[in-house]
Amino acid sequence: QEKLDMSTYPVESIRNFSIIAHVDHGKSTLADRLLEITGTISKTDRNKQVLDKLQVERERGITVKAQSASLFYNHEGINYLLNLIDTPGHVDFSYEVSRSLSACQGVILVVDANEGIQAQTVANFYLAFEAQLSIIPVINKIDLKNADPERVEKQIEKLFDIPTDECIRISAKQGTNVEKVLQQVIEKIPPPQCNTADPLKALVFDSTFDHYRGVVANIALFGGEIAKGHKIVSAHTKKRYEVNEVGILTPDEQPTHKLYAGQVGYLIAGMKEVAEAQIGDTLFLCKQPVEPLPGFKSAKPMVFAGMYPIDQTEYNNLKSALERLTLNDSSVTVHRDSSLALGAGWRLGFLGLLHMEVFNQRLEQEYDMSVILTAPTVPYKAVLSSAKLIKEYGKDQITIINPAQFPDKLSVSEYLEPTVLGTIVTPHEYIGKIITLCQDRRAVQKDMLYIDENRVMLKYLFPLNEIVVDFYDALKSLSSGYASFDYEDAGYQSADLIKMDILLNGNPVEELATIIHNDKAHAAGKLLCERLKETIPRQLFEIAIQAAIGKKIIARETLKAYRKNVVAKCYGGDITRRMKLLKRQAESKRLMRKIGNVEVPRDAFIRVLKREPDK
Amino acid sequence: APCPQWPYCRKRCSYCNFNTYVVPAVDEAAVRACLVREAQTLLRLSQVHSVSSVFFGGGTPSLASPGTVAAVLEAVAAAAHLPAGAEVTLEANPSSTSASRLAGFGAAGVNRLSIGVQVRGALPAAAPTAPRDAVVTALPPQSLDDAELRMLGREHTAAEARKAVETARGLFPGRTSIDLLFGLPGQSRDAWARQLEAALGLCDDHISLYQLTLERGTALAAQVRRGALPALPQDLLADMYQMAHTVLVAAGFRHYEVSNFARKVGCPRCYVPPWAHGRFVPRGEGGHSREARVQTLEPVAWMQEVQSQGHGTRSRVVLSPLEQLEELLTLGLRTDEGITHKRWGHFSPQLSLQAVFGAPGEARALQQQGWLVLDSGGLRCTWAGLAVLDSLLPDLLWQLQRV
Repeated sequence: QEKLDMSTYPVESIRNFSIIAHVDHGKSTLADRLLEITGTISKTDRNKQVLDKLQVERERGITVKAQSASLFYNHEGINYLLNLIDTPGHVDFSYEVSRSLSACQGVILVVDANEGIQAQTVANFYLAFEAQLSIIPVINKIDLKNADPERVEKQIEKLFDIPTDECIRISAKQGTNVEKVLQQVIEKIPPPQCNTADPLKALVFDSTFDHYRGVVANIALFGGEIAKGHKIVSAHTKKRYEVNEVGILTPDEQPTHKLYAGQVGYLIAGMKEVAEAQIGDTLFLCKQPVEPLPGFKSAKPMVFAGMYPIDQTEYNNLKSALERLTLNDSSVTVHRDSSLALGAGWRLGFLGLLHMEVFNQRLEQEYDMSVILTAPTVPYKAVLSSAKLIKEYGKDQITIINPAQFPDKLSVSEYLEPTVLGTIVTPHEYIGKIITLCQDRRAVQKDMLYIDENRVMLKYLFPLNEIVVDFYDALKSLSSGYASFDYEDAGYQSADLIKMDILLNGNPVEELATIIHNDKAHAAGKLLCERLKETIPRQLFEIAIQAAIGKKIIARETLKAYRKNVVAKCYGGDITRRMKLLKRQAESKRLMRKIGNVEVPRDAFIRVLKREPDK
Repeated sequence: APCPQWPYCRKRCSYCNFNTYVVPAVDEAAVRACLVREAQTLLRLSQVHSVSSVFFGGGTPSLASPGTVAAVLEAVAAAAHLPAGAEVTLEANPSSTSASRLAGFGAAGVNRLSIGVQVRGALPAAAPTAPRDAVVTALPPQSLDDAELRMLGREHTAAEARKAVETARGLFPGRTSIDLLFGLPGQSRDAWARQLEAALGLCDDHISLYQLTLERGTALAAQVRRGALPALPQDLLADMYQMAHTVLVAAGFRHYEVSNFARKVGCPRCYVPPWAHGRFVPRGEGGHSREARVQTLEPVAWMQEVQSQGHGTRSRVVLSPLEQLEELLTLGLRTDEGITHKRWGHFSPQLSLQAVFGAPGEARALQQQGWLVLDSGGLRCTWAGLAVLDSLLPDLLWQLQRV
């Protein structure tokens, strides 16, 4: 395959930009059109979400992994190199978005002509604004019946201070006015400010794993040049590599001789795991160390879930599926864990709920694995006051993931819970219900303002664990889908946390212990007891099901004993059936967990522990 | 024990999910020929030498003519030894129990009668449901009140039921049994107490009492599910069973099987698990075997099979020694006598009851809790244990499997 020569594109002819938008406003469709117009891909009906390569992305209509594409376009006699960096479009991935943006000098901000500005429009705008990028506002879907571009232009002016005449009205689906967007990219977005004479400084803004060639890192050059044979180093891991191949993405891989400052492409350098090419990392030449690019963060999980195979015999299969799936997703944290009820498994950390759902879906679709997902937990902290514990842990502040690790109140001076700052954009008729919902979730209002005559933006500080299960669903359902939600990490706050135990006839069930805020304990305890009552089979004696905090019982259900359980008649063919049933029951004794004298079948734990299905 | 089935009824009771059919006309001659043929074939195949009990079930066997009954009995007597003292039981519905008919059955060789004496009814019978995949010898549960009879869809009145029992007792004294259901939707403790009293006044020396189970697919189950009829709480059902036990024992009955009570006479073989009266085939040196059979259910198909191959048994599976022991345990514990050491020894010459259940384990725990007894008489349930037998069996089976 012939290698391209990238030296024909001086820095002044390069434009690096991204498309940012709220979910479903047409980011990926616009990307499809841009690829077509520039001849990067041929124009056919089949171009839909070209940059979304994962099945799960295509099915859910979302972008999970950032892709880039280099487009070539001639405008007024000059050949331009336009690097489009497609970004993940979901709140869970704001860190990835911010890293992609740091490789750009401008963005196209797409807003749906009917829906108008939504929570993520705002969130992404601020990311771009803070990075001091040029912003080209584009109003999309003008072909649809309910489009009201004028209203949206006013919103944009009010909220973002961008004059209405700068907005470009397009239909990405039909291609209307898309060419104008390209021209604005060239005219409005400045070229990158960098020099090929400088030492190499490359930003990693994504990476994928290829079984034959190893890790393929997406890079943007902030200085210097890079080619095969160069010896480079990662600022984060300090590991050294020799470059095997460099190239651009169109959007398929296209090797080149070199990549120059200001350009965007990919690199293969013998890295074995994606953890070696983390998003935000800086690569430079061994002989010429540079200051790493700012803003690098290790992926921080926001939501945890226990993941267990349906049956322990599937453990190894699940283990290898997880290993392979995380090859391409270094932002999932994996810790081995085990539960008395569910056997050996893992506690996984995700960037958010969507991340977790997508992960689970990929496990099913790409690896044919069904798993048990237990309710997510968040990383609580405790500030220790007991000298003994401080010595044991080696520090005075610990992170608690597993309820079994929860240190007692006497040894702790303060418990902390993670919080997020949430942004809700909603039509004003739902304000009342939403405020009630937020209060119910222990949130504190930080801001409220009208963004136009109809819509309100609310900012609340939420404890993270109040939103990780079903807040989004509740919000959508009480606003008939109109309200939108986005959030960002807001550090930790003091919290009145307790450990709630579940007892059966006085004996604690370790698997069901939970860490919970004192205010919510009673309701949660009651619910758990009720669920248990429905799932534990009756036995020959009464069973007291209790939720307790320390010695104090806060909820209780009673499961009465069997007084009659014998089949009235048993003759002929009945006998065979009866024997089968009884033997199956005898078999399942093997899997029973005995708590004191109470027999609890495994699936009772599963039913109580698993996440509620999406309503 | 041969159990010929007469798979037809005039009407389907609302709780019934047995293998029975309501048809406008029955070709009695054809059915008779098939019953005869099947009896001959099965006896020959099983190599049984002597028959101690014959049970005519169904459907409503009393709808068959005495001639058919006679023909089947003749066939049995010809294929194996049918001693004079053998039990020949016929199930009967009060609406087909005129004195002459019953006498006819007696002449044909029947010497025991089992009459369903349903009580109260309120709803018409439903259409026949799909046949189930096993043959069951059903004893139609009964009660003694017209309103209940209607709810259960029975086609006779309480007065007719009473008359039928009296007639039967005249012809088969000491050998008439009545069947009674309890736990009917909406039934109260008091109503049941009255039933028991009425039953005691009417009965001979054997009563079968069955707790109504709402089987999927029956009209009654559908009504309860809809909320048209109330289901009874577990505690009430337990109380009713306890009441029956207490009342009947006080009246001199022996509660010898989960659902069966008898006084004065010995316990009829037909209700006792098959192994108790030699329903196993000796094979070789002292080994025994038992089979699990699945019958063809639908009459037309059944008749075709009998005509072509001599019987309508779909499959026969010989049970392994462990499977036989499991059945022995499951069925044996349903009786008050339980499983004797001797009986256990027939099936398990190497491992005694003591060896299996005497060591520390599930059985020992159940004994300590008062559900089970293991002593010189064998292994059996206490009265309380009998009521919850199905909760004890998985533990015991598990213990047996581990040995």
